[in-house]
Amino acid sequence: MIPELGQFALALALAVAVVQAVLPIAGAAKGNAAWMAVARPAAQAQALLVAFAFGCLTYAFVANDFSVAYVAAHSNSALPLHYRIAGVWGGHEGSLLLWALMLGVWMTAASVFSSHLPDEMTARVLGVMGVVSAGFLAFMLFTSNPFDRQFPPAMDGRDLNPLLQDPGMVLHPPMLYMGYVGFSVAYAFAVSALLSGKLDAAWARWSRPWTTVAWMFLTVGIALGSGWAYYELGWGGWWFWDPVENASFMPWLVGTTLIHSLAVTEKRGGFRSWTVLLAIVAFGLSLLGTFLVRSGVLTSVHAFAVDPRRGVFILGIFTVLIGGALVLYAWRTSRIGLGGDFAPVSRESFLLANNVLLAAAAGAVFLGTLYPLVIDALGAGKLSVGPPYFETVFVPLMAPALFLMGVGPLARWKHASIPELAVLLRWALAVSLAVGLLLPLAFGRWHALTGFALALAIWIVAAALISLKKRPRGSRAHLGMVVAHIGVAVFVVGVTLVKTYESDKDLRMKPGDSVFLAGYVFRLDEVGNVKGPNYVAARARISVTKSGEPVTVMYPEKRLYVVQNMPMTEAAIDPGPTRDLYVSLGDPFEDGAWLVKVQHKPFVDWIWGGCLIMALGGLLAASDRRYRVPLPLRARAQVA
Amino acid sequence: MAWIALGVVALGVATALVLTAFNKNLVFFFTPSQVAANEAPVGRTFRIGGMVVPGSVKREGVEVRFVVTDTAKSMPVVYRGQLPDLFREGKGVVAQGQLGADGVFAAREVLAKHDENYMPPDAAHALEQAKKAQKTIQAR
Repeated sequence: MIPELGQFALALALAVAVVQAVLPIAGAAKGNAAWMAVARPAAQAQALLVAFAFGCLTYAFVANDFSVAYVAAHSNSALPLHYRIAGVWGGHEGSLLLWALMLGVWMTAASVFSSHLPDEMTARVLGVMGVVSAGFLAFMLFTSNPFDRQFPPAMDGRDLNPLLQDPGMVLHPPMLYMGYVGFSVAYAFAVSALLSGKLDAAWARWSRPWTTVAWMFLTVGIALGSGWAYYELGWGGWWFWDPVENASFMPWLVGTTLIHSLAVTEKRGGFRSWTVLLAIVAFGLSLLGTFLVRSGVLTSVHAFAVDPRRGVFILGIFTVLIGGALVLYAWRTSRIGLGGDFAPVSRESFLLANNVLLAAAAGAVFLGTLYPLVIDALGAGKLSVGPPYFETVFVPLMAPALFLMGVGPLARWKHASIPELAVLLRWALAVSLAVGLLLPLAFGRWHALTGFALALAIWIVAAALISLKKRPRGSRAHLGMVVAHIGVAVFVVGVTLVKTYESDKDLRMKPGDSVFLAGYVFRLDEVGNVKGPNYVAARARISVTKSGEPVTVMYPEKRLYVVQNMPMTEAAIDPGPTRDLYVSLGDPFEDGAWLVKVQHKPFVDWIWGGCLIMALGGLLAASDRRYRVPLPLRARAQVA
Repeated sequence: MAWIALGVVALGVATALVLTAFNKNLVFFFTPSQVAANEAPVGRTFRIGGMVVPGSVKREGVEVRFVVTDTAKSMPVVYRGQLPDLFREGKGVVAQGQLGADGVFAAREVLAKHDENYMPPDAAHALEQAKKAQKTIQAR
């Protein structure tokens, strides 16, 4: 009964979404206030209906209702309660529902926090989001219904993929989706601007906090995913340039570009067309990310052959949302105008360079991710693009971007002077060069690229501090920018140090054996058996000492999840601010020995720390007062 | 004007950089039959895929040797380190590495995807190709 209620709520939500997609936009075009007024209540009603449906599916998981096909495929009665709840978004259908729920959250937020916007604007923005929502709800109801029943009901569920049974994986998809879907607000603002033909500083000011918050969620989501891969996949990598990761990284890169481009549009009225295009592309890549990961295309491009309706539907959604927006863009962009003029050396120029570099990086990732899929779909062969490609491309593209992060925030708008910048930044330059030259020596091995990257990180921090000193009473938005940039520097330090100085050993160990790595002695004490709720495991006890002093005791496990008969390496990690110790258990030998991998990863936690600091910066920037107060009358008059 | 020219040059350099790196790092896939027919490049990284021959896995310390087959042809593989959780005899596997002069494929990476019933698509492709090839031989 409950699943049917959920399905009914989804169908109602679709009906509301269609109304929301049609009436407010038509009303805005005709100047019909009553039609426009439909937007807010429709958005909120729709969000409630989807939330109700989501609650119904969650109930089916909690109550172990294995007559629902989706529950039977992604849960099991032995699964702990919190993982049963996470199972709701453990597969394709449920993650679409999560997507729709997040869209509901964003629509509600947009309907509540839009009181200072002109009515036509609100109507258009919510109407465009209604189109997005209608597309997704129809896709779910017609091709991927999470509430489908199966007869006879399964005796028990097939269990959640053991890899997803992890706290990081519980949070990762909702965060990622909040980011993906959040870009739909920026997209809706962009399309509204194209529809109305009006795009000004006020428009950019409205778009900015939404974009920043979406970016913040996406940053946290990607960091969680990377952290999960690090400790759960059992061999200590934190980024693989895997298509699944790239799918979330592309919208992040374009979203970052958009944030910087919006700054120019708000402050100087420049980059207008470019900003609108970026908003469309960021959301397009978010859609691509969702579909790439969840539709099975990555597993095999022929996955669609199993259910061609899904492929057709996805193409349809893409054509309408992205194709439509691009056509509108081509048609209307001349009305929006390009924006103000600026000198070759100015903050605009530096931001333009940043935009070009980030967009090029996004393009490079796009090429490396989609090319193998296209080749395979054409039947022209099977190939993959190795991580060295991405690394070779990213280093030269990001190095100048990092350098500009120091210069840009200190440069004046419209016209900046190089001598003035040089005076401002001379200490930052000296300190960063000194650190770049000397710090690698403290780690025992000098390496040019390591020194260079560390110098860039220090350069960013020093320049950020100078810009804080220059504007001690700056806005929250300025502080947020500074914090986010420091986050990037922290991230760069983490990546650089772990890449240069990490060490590992694979070896065969018997209880009583010891191994020495990076100053630590790892001793395998014993290997015993333990039993979990839905798995059995071999658990090793490894004591770690440093110059005779005990450091920690680690318990890596080799688990076997019984329902899916799936083995899993559960690594043991001893985290620390300057290093992680990482131990994983491989296969046993017949004589009681085990294959053990020990790793020393200096500063690896700075990678995720940097991401969290970036996200904090985003939060600070989005909470700036000026986004909350209504526009002054003069600006209102301009908009009206 | 000079500014635009500079932009065009920068863009050109960036594109050249991306495409060169791209070309260098394309990793092609070959089936054991293709490797046996000397179609695979020597001294360049590529991927092979197929089924791990039951009984072929031999551990020597941290080194492990096994044989990958597409049912028509087989090839020996050597790998150092921990194998992925789902690596098993009789199951699909994809390995990335280089072909040694001794004809042994030195894998730097072994991929076995995380699903009990799931065959890595490339491995499935290799088996399928071999099956097709055999059918054409029989038809003759």
